Amino acid sequence: MTKPPSSSTLEEATAQQKQSSATSRKKVLAIASGGGHWVQLLRLRPAFSECDVIFATTRESYRGDVSPHRFVRVPDCNRWEKIKLLRSALMITALILRERPDTIVTTGAAPGYFAIRIGKLLNKRTIWVDSIANAEELSMSGTKAGKHADLWLTQWAHLEKPAGPKFAGNVLG
Amino acid sequence: MIQHATEKDGVQTPKKRIFVTVGTDLPFDRLAKAIDDWARENKLGGIFAQIGETNWKPSYISYQNFLEPPVFKNEFLNADIIVSHAGMGTILSSLQYQKPLIVMPRKASLGEHRNEHQLATAKHLQKLNKINVASDENELLEMLSNLDSFETREPIGPYAHPNLTDTLRQFIAQ
Repeated sequence: MTKPPSSSTLEEATAQQKQSSATSRKKVLAIASGGGHWVQLLRLRPAFSECDVIFATTRESYRGDVSPHRFVRVPDCNRWEKIKLLRSALMITALILRERPDTIVTTGAAPGYFAIRIGKLLNKRTIWVDSIANAEELSMSGTKAGKHADLWLTQWAHLEKPAGPKFAGNVLG
Repeated sequence: MIQHATEKDGVQTPKKRIFVTVGTDLPFDRLAKAIDDWARENKLGGIFAQIGETNWKPSYISYQNFLEPPVFKNEFLNADIIVSHAGMGTILSSLQYQKPLIVMPRKASLGEHRNEHQLATAKHLQKLNKINVASDENELLEMLSNLDSFETREPIGPYAHPNLTDTLRQFIAQ
């Protein structure tokens, strides 16, 4: 049995919490579907080194890729399966409400699209990094989500446009 | 445990171990069949394929439908040559671990994907000299008959270009 904290230690803890959120490590939700989207998200990890990051993807077996960071599985879906889409959207909404990230980063595809759209409604900052696999035109989810993202990036210089997306390098390194 | 082909009658000991992968999303029988036929005709051992969720079964080469990530990585690292669809997961791993890679893009026109982005990806990465592309089974067989000529590409690091990660980092910190 641990002793219940005295009210003074509780006050101290609250004060510490306030202070730390003032100097604040940002909280990031990094989300992508499985396969190539996930591999690309992993290659962005140096961007999160000063943040508390929680990774979300569609396959439980990827948990080890990001250990010891927090990891959440979200349902897989694509735009041809309406019921799964709805379930995925609800789970992602719950995830964002629960975790309250400052910023949401995604490399696509469908789960990332939902995270951007729902995140925007919940006043989060959002980043869409379009997959390097879209070398000649943006994906449909990229075009739709990108317009709503606060930062919209393509990985191909020739796809950059004045109204977005911007080009800032690619995951090849 | 993966059962690799046992020594069948007349099976040649492979000079190169080949790992074939079609990715986790969709099957790609056209690729796996081409390799299976080629291996049978030439009595080649040392070939292992991850073929996805498909009713078709290879008759000659060793295979699994899916591989858990650690098993996949092990097969990948043990292979001398990787043959795959134009999926970015495999392409990035090949560059990072310096494995020669032959890519045969899926074609939406044959029902192998939802759109033709694999053709575009393959074309543009070939322009950057990052991958070897076989546009169909014939080109694939030609490349397979010439495996000694393959060189590894410049390795890439484990992370994206610093410009990209710095752009993200600065945005997140704002």
